[in-house]
Amino acid sequence: MRLAVNNNTIIKPIKRKKPDRYKLFFMALPFLILTFIFSYYPLYGWRYAFFDFQPGIPLSQSTFVGLQWFKSMVTNPTQAAEVVRIMKNTIAMSGLGILTSFIPLLFAVFLVEIKSNKFKKLVQVLTTIPNFISWVLVFSVAFALFSVNGGFVNQMLMNIGIIKTPINFLASDSHTWLSMWAWGQWKGLGWGSIMYLAAIAGIDQELYEAARVDGAGRFRMMWSITIPSVLPTYFVLLMLTIAGFLNNGMDQYFIFQNQINKDHIEVLDLYVYNIGITGGNFSFATVISMLKSIVSVFLLFIANGLSKLLRGESIV
Amino acid sequence: MKKQIKLSTGDKVFNIFNYGFFAIFTILCVFPFYYLFINTISNNDLSSKGLINFLPSGIHFSNYVQILQVPGLGDAALVSFGRTIIGTFATVLASAFLGYLFTKDNMWGRKYWYRFVVITMYVQAGIIPWYITMMNLGLVNNFLAYILPGIIAPFNIILVKVFVESIPASLEESAEIDGAGHFTIFTKIILPLIKPIMATIAIFSAVGQWNSFTDTLFLITDSKLFTLQFVLYKYLNESTSLAALVKGSMSAASNLNLASMQTPTSIRMTVSMVVVLPILFVYPYFQKYFVKGVMIGAVKG
Repeated sequence: MRLAVNNNTIIKPIKRKKPDRYKLFFMALPFLILTFIFSYYPLYGWRYAFFDFQPGIPLSQSTFVGLQWFKSMVTNPTQAAEVVRIMKNTIAMSGLGILTSFIPLLFAVFLVEIKSNKFKKLVQVLTTIPNFISWVLVFSVAFALFSVNGGFVNQMLMNIGIIKTPINFLASDSHTWLSMWAWGQWKGLGWGSIMYLAAIAGIDQELYEAARVDGAGRFRMMWSITIPSVLPTYFVLLMLTIAGFLNNGMDQYFIFQNQINKDHIEVLDLYVYNIGITGGNFSFATVISMLKSIVSVFLLFIANGLSKLLRGESIV
Repeated sequence: MKKQIKLSTGDKVFNIFNYGFFAIFTILCVFPFYYLFINTISNNDLSSKGLINFLPSGIHFSNYVQILQVPGLGDAALVSFGRTIIGTFATVLASAFLGYLFTKDNMWGRKYWYRFVVITMYVQAGIIPWYITMMNLGLVNNFLAYILPGIIAPFNIILVKVFVESIPASLEESAEIDGAGHFTIFTKIILPLIKPIMATIAIFSAVGQWNSFTDTLFLITDSKLFTLQFVLYKYLNESTSLAALVKGSMSAASNLNLASMQTPTSIRMTVSMVVVLPILFVYPYFQKYFVKGVMIGAVKG
């Protein structure tokens, strides 16, 4: 890839007329304006954090309150408790993700041990499908399988005789973090292993031959050849996960939330939606959005710094 | 080279567990779709009582016919298809063109504009400021809200830029000598060469558009602009409205037949199937493009 660029400088491209510089810029301009409108202009909305804004009243007529919202996050006990609860949920869900981030790696390492190519291919295609369906559909699946009224799991449990009355799995607050994690795994595990599979495919087969000659068994080869070869990939993905620690997104949690599990399912993004769009407290929601964005940028720098330090490569 | 070595007991045990695990996980991934499907083609009365679990019974396809008569679903399907097609088309063309422009060394301030775009991947204002912006732009209850914000996707632009840079520069130079302008070079030379990467972007963008849910939630209250995903969510969440819907269509139907009469369960499951089918059909054929996309992304890091 770099070669092409180098050639360019050596051969010296045809001297262009000066207007061309601007012509190229003007061709890009409409797209740059779009970028500005949808990615930079919203930053200007951060000013809502410093007002006592009520929907319906224009910002110009709202009272300027300075850092009051920021302060109340710490001083107001109810708000402080809320923020602690939300952070707990966010850290728990992201933390579970990070703690189990090695699972796709293991999935790939064990999948290549399967000798039948047909079976391997089938597993690969079918386990990646859930990644491409929306969270609404995942919920629909959850609804069909776990609902109280004739859901598959309840039917099975009752048929076997483990339970007498159906359990309402969805409207329940027990193990909310775990079940959210489990749905994430169901959706993402197969797809998450794709990168590792590609990394494994790139391993020199002679390494395995040599190890076999030296009497290495299957697990020895997995441990000493396969896993070390995919660790760099793992590391990069782990750093990206750390950089996105606060970005759990909101689709999944919004869709699975109900009055019963709300206390444990509200992550940052969902909380911002619930108090801002639903609750009408735009200013405080903006404060949270804003702090989240700023912390995320810091996390990115930290992850990038770690990557540079440990591997001498940046991730961004 | 391949000597037939007899498998040791350890190997056999390992294989059983390994095959077993992957078989079970694969079934877990596929069974829910199968379960939905057999329920949509089975006797609706049995299905709503939860009696269809492994095999269909009383097979009929009237659910898929009746679903067409559910008010609002036709509009939703139109919106979903519309945004997927138009949105994908727009972002593919924009990414291709802008990605190409960013390979031109002599663009005024190229390095800075490129960064200007790429940074937006990492710095986001957050959902409330974004919502306020969309309101100010008049994109509430507006179909364009599905299209415009997604046109510039920095990651896609990076993909195209990297891809174009790998094309020998001499190709473009020879066209320049022949007097072709940037636009001609782009359409005649670059576009045909970057088809593979455009296919990858198109696939990812189409899936994203089809599955998108939160933008409707935030910005749309006009039921004419609801997407299939959103309608499905409403059905899942508001059983009362669904029951009312069923009653409405029940009085419209002349022959009341419990086996084929719509129930909240049947509507929910049939709409789910309608939403998931395009993905299930398209996915196996395009799987290689998805994988390729991830790989190129990984190289870029």
